Amino acid sequence: MKLKAMLIASAMAFVPVTAMAADLTIGFSQIGSESGWRAAETTVTKQEAEKRGIDLKFADAQQKQENQIKAIRSFIAQGVDAILLAPVVATGWDEVLEEAKDTEIPVILLDRTVDAPDDLYMTAVTSDLVHEGEVAGQWLVDETAGEKCDIVELQGTTGSSPAIDRKKGFEQAISGHDNLEIVRSQTGDFTRSQGKVVMESFLKALGGDNICALYAHNDDMAVGAIQAIKEAGLKPGEDIKIVSIDSVPDIHLAMAKGEANATIELTPNMAGPALDALEAYLADGTMPPKWIQTESKLYTLEDDNQAVYEEKKDLGY
Amino acid sequence: MASQVHSTMKRIMPQLIILIAVLFLNFLVFPDFFRIEFQNGRLFGNLIDVLNRGAPTALLCIGMTLVIATKGIDLSVGAVMAIAGATAASIVVDGHSWQTALLGALAVGALCGFWNGFLVAYLRIQPIVATLVLMVAGRGIAQLITEGTILTFLNPGLIHLGAGTMVGVPTPIVIWVLLGLIVTAVVRKTALGMLIEAIGINESSSRLAGINSRVLIVCVYLISGFCAALAGVIVAADIKGADANNAGLWLELDAILAVVIGGNSLLGGRFSILASLLGALIIQSVNSVILLSGLPPEFNLVIKALLIIAILVIQSPTVKHALYILRASAEPTPPAPAPVQEVKEGTQ
Repeated sequence: MKLKAMLIASAMAFVPVTAMAADLTIGFSQIGSESGWRAAETTVTKQEAEKRGIDLKFADAQQKQENQIKAIRSFIAQGVDAILLAPVVATGWDEVLEEAKDTEIPVILLDRTVDAPDDLYMTAVTSDLVHEGEVAGQWLVDETAGEKCDIVELQGTTGSSPAIDRKKGFEQAISGHDNLEIVRSQTGDFTRSQGKVVMESFLKALGGDNICALYAHNDDMAVGAIQAIKEAGLKPGEDIKIVSIDSVPDIHLAMAKGEANATIELTPNMAGPALDALEAYLADGTMPPKWIQTESKLYTLEDDNQAVYEEKKDLGY
Repeated sequence: MASQVHSTMKRIMPQLIILIAVLFLNFLVFPDFFRIEFQNGRLFGNLIDVLNRGAPTALLCIGMTLVIATKGIDLSVGAVMAIAGATAASIVVDGHSWQTALLGALAVGALCGFWNGFLVAYLRIQPIVATLVLMVAGRGIAQLITEGTILTFLNPGLIHLGAGTMVGVPTPIVIWVLLGLIVTAVVRKTALGMLIEAIGINESSSRLAGINSRVLIVCVYLISGFCAALAGVIVAADIKGADANNAGLWLELDAILAVVIGGNSLLGGRFSILASLLGALIIQSVNSVILLSGLPPEFNLVIKALLIIAILVIQSPTVKHALYILRASAEPTPPAPAPVQEVKEGTQ
């Protein structure tokens, strides 16, 4: 009896100490390498863990949920202190999250949420897609300052949630400003080549002089559109203002040359806020809110885009 | 010679009529469609865009026509495009010349084609399965080459292949027209075309007749891989970067569709590269209608599906036969009065 009490006492004493010493082991189940942004997220997560002296166990699921569930079970078996999960789909997580909950291992969701009761995970760190669109729209409202401006829009893949939400946010921001109007909107499938092809058709259908601004749902389509604008003999960034979302290195390179005007960052640093919340919880039990929204930072020509490019180009985008 | 031209015209007439109809549809949604200007040292206009943007599908369908004529199919061309684009990009990024990059990409494409041909001709694997291997694995290979990123390059020579011009005409147009002419000449001015058709109609009898069918089958897949590589280089050069995830995605289906619209049978046998190329232009013109119409993107695939179904229905043998019967049975009645009158006049 005495021995048990002593063990509990020492355990009570040691747990916070180990947490303070940041001698943590964390499992990270990543979706896979589906896009450049995801590669950057993996790189940044590893950097954040290293910075804090956390031992990060990384599992690449190759876009399969079954691999993610296996990875989580193995993390539980290894007795990690917490699990970071970037879920590949929204459904089918209840059982494995229950298992984690039973062993009292906190689970933090990164950049996507799941359809499961919210007591099964500690918090979700995601960006707000509608807000990103709003920031883009607000930038254009401020930039045009009441002058008439006809906008063309390059949408993401039809029906995908970023395409729907980024469109919605942008429209919310420009509604009530009669000088701004979206005159053409077509999908560019989030790719450079489609962005270029669709921009070509916009330029011919409307005439380059009648387009005042381009809003692209991601930077890659904007990069393609910039080439189409150049080939039509116009100056991107001057004749046609360009605002897009994601903040990938290549758009900063274009901005450094003055060929694009603004981008809104979808930060690959989801792990930073997640680990902050986790450390606060382990230190004194502060429960984070169920949703932590990452910052949607606006970059314009006033920023040092060359420096941002240099900083981002090695993250794996 | 004249009879040859006449028979070719007769063969491609349905495709020509459909192409003109779809181009007219473009004109209806956008009246300036046929205007072509000379701007910044290049031809500039929607018609030029159709020819230019149709280049990847046109290149793919040159090889695909030959493969389908042997009763085969090549599903891997989209993935081979990604591999070739990635190869070309990584070679110029390493500091080599654009000529080396082009040759390297074409060699890789031909190698992919050889692999497909080997599986089909020597291991006797069904073409749809044999080429599925590379279709699935190919994008992975391309991603290994680009290390998962969009590999951008600034080599002016390579960019010229996709975005440049030759005497005012965008380079991709020059490339696909030239390649189409060369391949057509090679298969039609020699016996090769007939031998390929023979294999498609009945491989066993063609082999008994002394045709080395295995070598020929390997050759057509090799040509298909070569065409895909050329298309891949053009697509990469166009955006100054190799996008392993998206380059040529689903384009194999467009290429097969172009061959089918071109009136070639998927069961092999007689083929016409010219008709397939017209098929590729028809598909691109349909894409152009969608882009110029300004309708919301939710309608894109619906419009495309409706137009393609209409085109295929018009070409269906049953419908053709029904139209023929209709015309034949209708003929005696309406024009009947005219000859009768003539006869009367003649007798008086």
